[in-house]
Order: sequence, then structure tokens, then C-alpha cells
Amino acid sequence: MKRTPTLVGAGLLAAALVATACSGGASDGKTRITIGLFGNFGYQQLFEEYEKAHPDVDITDRTASYSDHHKNLAAHLATNNGAADIEAVDVGYINQFKANPGQFVELKSDVKDRWLDWKWEGSLSKDGKQIGYGTDIGGLAICYRRDLFEAAGLPSDRDQVSALWPTWEQFMATGKQFAAKAPAGAKFFDGGPTVLNAIVGQAPTGYYDKSDKIVVGDNAEIRKGWNLVAQGVADGLSAGLLHSTPQWNTGFKQGQFATLACPAWMMAKIKDQAPDTAGKWDLAAVPGGGGNWGGSYLTVPKQGKNVDKAVALAAWLTDPEQQAKVFASAGLLPSAPKLYSEESVAKKQDPFFNNAPVGKVFTDAARALKPQYQGPKAGDVQTELGNAMQRVEQGKQSPDESWNQFVGDVKRLED
Amino acid sequence: MKTDWRERRHRWDIRYAPYAYIAPYFLLFAVFGLFPLLYTAWVSLQDRNLLDGDAATFIGVDNYVQLLTADPYFWNAMGNTLSLWLLTTVPQILFALGIAQLLNRRLRGRTFFRMGVLLPNITSVAAVTIIFAQLFGRDFGLINWGLELFGAGRIDWQAGTGSSHTAIAAMVVWRWTGYHALIFLASMQAIPTSVYEAARLDGASAWQQFWRITVPMLRPQIIFSTVIATAGNMRLLAEPLLFNPGAGAATGGSDRQFQTAALYLYEQGFSKFDFGYASAIAWLLVIATVLITGLSYLAARRIRTD
Repeated sequence: MKRTPTLVGAGLLAAALVATACSGGASDGKTRITIGLFGNFGYQQLFEEYEKAHPDVDITDRTASYSDHHKNLAAHLATNNGAADIEAVDVGYINQFKANPGQFVELKSDVKDRWLDWKWEGSLSKDGKQIGYGTDIGGLAICYRRDLFEAAGLPSDRDQVSALWPTWEQFMATGKQFAAKAPAGAKFFDGGPTVLNAIVGQAPTGYYDKSDKIVVGDNAEIRKGWNLVAQGVADGLSAGLLHSTPQWNTGFKQGQFATLACPAWMMAKIKDQAPDTAGKWDLAAVPGGGGNWGGSYLTVPKQGKNVDKAVALAAWLTDPEQQAKVFASAGLLPSAPKLYSEESVAKKQDPFFNNAPVGKVFTDAARALKPQYQGPKAGDVQTELGNAMQRVEQGKQSPDESWNQFVGDVKRLED
Repeated sequence: MKTDWRERRHRWDIRYAPYAYIAPYFLLFAVFGLFPLLYTAWVSLQDRNLLDGDAATFIGVDNYVQLLTADPYFWNAMGNTLSLWLLTTVPQILFALGIAQLLNRRLRGRTFFRMGVLLPNITSVAAVTIIFAQLFGRDFGLINWGLELFGAGRIDWQAGTGSSHTAIAAMVVWRWTGYHALIFLASMQAIPTSVYEAARLDGASAWQQFWRITVPMLRPQIIFSTVIATAGNMRLLAEPLLFNPGAGAATGGSDRQFQTAALYLYEQGFSKFDFGYASAIAWLLVIATVLITGLSYLAARRIRTD
């Protein structure tokens, strides 16, 4: 028997192991454009439409949760590998990313007129490079459960409901009325952090001043909102659910809360989470008027292989024409102001929300919206504020203790 | 002359081939283990933003000083990690011993049960965590439903420190007990039956046989399991991260009540983008792992073998 030199065999084995680690995938002649999203962007039909018009393009989307998506994007940018050709970025994170515009393709400003000025500026880096095309904006309204309102002896007609709460104080007072006669297991709002986010979204100054200094600790308006929400929690109006958690999702199905601060994108979430509650929801005006929470951008990381085609697709997806379709299908509020006067948008009603005039409510909200400056770590500040309110809700701390800890926590974000 | 060359090649082959065979592991370790470890050490000495490596500045041991002397959240995370270490390692080993003992009997469908205990281990950790998070849900969780049935009150599992640690420990123990049980079972079968027969003749009860013979005979495996469980526990990330997935998942609860050290690292690195600081945490974690593994090794070695 011939003795095979084992040494050679082992060497080959090692070489093979290393070689298999870096083999690439094959392609079918089409350009594959990947797009990284979080939540529901309402893009599925648009992808098919685009692929039909561009037979050489194949769009693959991947959707992760809000925080996973942004953390993954950061990791991919840092390692210069693995980012999708197009990556969505929420306003909570856009400032952190635009601080390093070199990671992204600079987008042309020839289509600048599409967007609200402040939307365009939101993704503009300090040295004037545009890294993202705007998709939707938040806007604000209150989604409420007609059936639960009726059961608690409150009016359920949307105009009458809106009239109940011109201010947040009156919103909480309505909550007490609701709690007095509410069906078992139903609270007035989902959780303190959600309500507080809506109040923060209305303040002229939010977490940061324009010099990127965190000022939320001294922001009297936010402190006032904090006290109000903390009182509402103490009055037993909160279901104690943190938004976007599985418990919160269950809360929809079980009817655990009667109202919810509703930026336009939140409506898509409700439909996704609790399709069975169709028709039970309705839409009322937000106390205090106006306000914004959320909204996103599409960016094109430089590391992508199909940068030009990705830019073209991002521009197409954020074109007013497409934004109008997204508003029709998923209800995301366009960032293109020319649509606000268009009938298909302004007259839109939503059967899921008892035929509420979502078009009118949200275009009004968008017109009344005064943009709030978002600093570099707005997403993290929002998390800390949510945690702080949750501590109160969970009975771990008094409102004052929790606020003080919050002020210390955000101070740590700066250094 | 030709045979002489062959002979020499043969000897050379026998002598050095084993090194070549184990080389792939060490090569891969050098690339994917050692290099990242050393690079992390280098980064930990810098003030560095994750997204902007070019702007990094060398700051020496500042990150370490900050962590050890001025960062209560780091110590909070270390405390949680230690607490979870106690809550997972001890029950894991004890349950595994018991299960191995049961599986060592003559059972119908033995192989089925033996493979069954490994099933939790090959299940995706994300799936396990999501299911357990449902079980431990505050309002509609199965466990609270059971507690209420027996007249005990509902527990907000995620809100409390002890309750959240219990829930997370349950996930880890459920997932890993079977793995350790199989290791124990394998070596139980290697214990000569004559030892037990002799003990029986001397009038030893089953319980005495278990504690005086089986457990001491399993000492090497118990040490191995303790070390593996300890090292795994120091890296605990997915369970606390997915236990309450919302916008604030990386903080491990509203008051960081179940934020482990690995989760704190994740928060600093991928939420605050503070790459240098996160790297320093990684290195402190390496040191802590070596220390605690050593301690648990010493503890497990105290099992008497007389």
C-alpha cells in the first residue's frame, strides 16, 4: 500500500478551510439591489413596479427592528462591509450618521424642491453634504378605540373626541373620566413613554439646542410634560406598556388601552399588529396641536457595489409620486409638501380607522408642524427618557428621583 | 538508498504531521481569535468613534480608569453578571447531575430521551428567549397565570432585579442543562459497576452511592462543565437583550436591572458608538472571565475523591 504523505493532506485541509471562508455568491445577470428597512415602509408594491420597469434590477429587502437595524448599520459602516445598497435611517439616528458623511454617497441637490425645507436640512451634514432622501414625516394625532370610549360613557365621534382635549391637561382629565367607568383591563393610554414622546415632539426645543448641547434637563416645557404624564400614571391611566415590545403588541390584541399617540407611521403598526381590531379605531386631533415624532431617510452607503443604481432607486422611491402611493397603501405621511393639496392625499379616508379623514388630519398636522432640531444622540436621549418614565410606571422610583437620574444619564451621553 | 529516503520521510511524517493537523485550528484562532483580541486591546487605549476610525486619538489607560473608578453602570453590569452566574451555573450542574442519573437507568427508548435532552441546546437562542419572554409576560404570561391560579400575585418579571434575573437564568438553565447532562451521562457509564456492587454489599443507600461514588467520580467532568458554563455566562448577551426588546433593549431594563457586562459593552459600542470604551469593557471582561473561571475551577476541585 502506498503511504500518502499525511503532511500534504493536512496542509490541503487547512488551505481548503481558509478558501471556503471567502467564496462569493453567483448572480443571474441582474443587478441585485438590497435595501435595509425597519418597520413598515409600504414599499412592497413599489419594488414590483420598479422591477417591471427595470428588468435588469432585482430588489431584495431586509427588515429588522428599529434598534437592531440602526446598530447593524453602524457596525457595517464601521467595518466597511455588509451594508445594504440602500439603508433607511430614522430621524433619531440621522444626526449620528450625518456626522460622518464620508461613509455615504453624496446625493445630488437637483431634486431638493421635493421636500419640506426642514426635512431636507435634517439629513444635511455640517459641511453641506446631503446623505439622505426624505421618506415620511411623523405628524401627530391620537388614535383611539371607539368601542372602549363608548363602553366608558364617553363620546365616540371623532370631532367630539377632539373637542375633549385641546390641551394635554384636558387629555388627562378625560382619562380620569374614562378610568371611572372603563371596562375591566382597559387603561386610558398604552404607556407613559409614548405619551411623553408626543409632548416632547411639540416643544419648540427638544433634547438639544442648535449648538448640539443637550438641554433637556433644563427644558421647562418637557419637565412640565413629564410631571403631567407622571401624574397620569399615578392616577392609573397607563397600561404600563413600552411601545414596540411584544407586550405592547399583545396589548393591541387584548384591548389594554383606549388611546395611543399616533404619528402617521404608527397607524401602519396598529394594522400590522392587530388586524382584528379593524373598524374599532378612530383618529382624533392631538392635544396641543401639531408636533412631530419620527420619520425617515433613505441613504446610500459608499461601500455598496451598485451605488449608481441604488441612488436612482432611492430617488425614485422618495419621488412625490411614490410617496403618494405609500400614503395610500400604508398611510405614511409624505415629506413632499406639494402632495398636501392633492386630492388623492388630502381626501384620503381609512376604513381601518372607521373611515377617518387621515389625509386631512395629517396634512393639517404637517402644515402646523414646526420642525424641532434633533441633536446627534437624539435616539439615545429618547431611550433614556423612556426608561425614566418606565421606572416611574414600574413603581421603582418617584417622578423626581427618576427625573434626576435621567438628567445624570443624558449628561453621560455628552462626554 | 531509496528505501533510506522513504524511511526518513516516514519518520518525519510521523513526527510532524500531527502539528500540521492541528494547525488549521491555530491558524483560524490566530486570525479570528488572537488578532481581534490584540486589536481590541489597541482600540481600548483610544478615544474612538465606531463610525470614524480616522479621528481616533490615543489616550492610554483613560478608558480603564474611567470604567473602574467613575462608572457605576459598569459595576452594576458586573454585579448583574455575577448574580446571573450564581443563578445559572449552580442549578445547571445540579439539574444535569440529576438528569444524567435518571438517564443512566434502563429505560424504554433510552436513545430518544438521551437525544431529547440535547434539543433545547440546538434550538436558536433567539427563539428560546422570545418564547420565554412570553411565558414571563406580565399581563398574559403563562407563569403569572399559574401563580394567580395558586393564589399568588402577578409578578412584573422585567421590572424587578431578582425577578428579571430569575427569568433570564431560567432560559440559560433550560438551554444548557441537557448539554451538561449528556457529558455527565457519558462518564457515568464509564464508572465500573463493581464499585457500586461493593458499596451495596456494605449497605450504602442509592442516595449515598450517588453522592459518595458517582459525583466524586465525575469530578473532571464537573470541573469542565463549570468552566464552560462560567465562560458562557460571562458573555451573556442575547437573553437579556431579547428579554425586553424595544427601543431601550440595550439598557437591559428601565433601571439597567438586567444589563449584563456583555450587554453594557454592546450598548457602549453600538448605541453610543464609543468603540474605545467598549473595547476596554471587552478586555476587563476577559480578565474577569479568567479570574472567575479560575475561582470556579478551584471550587469544583474541592469535590472529595476519597
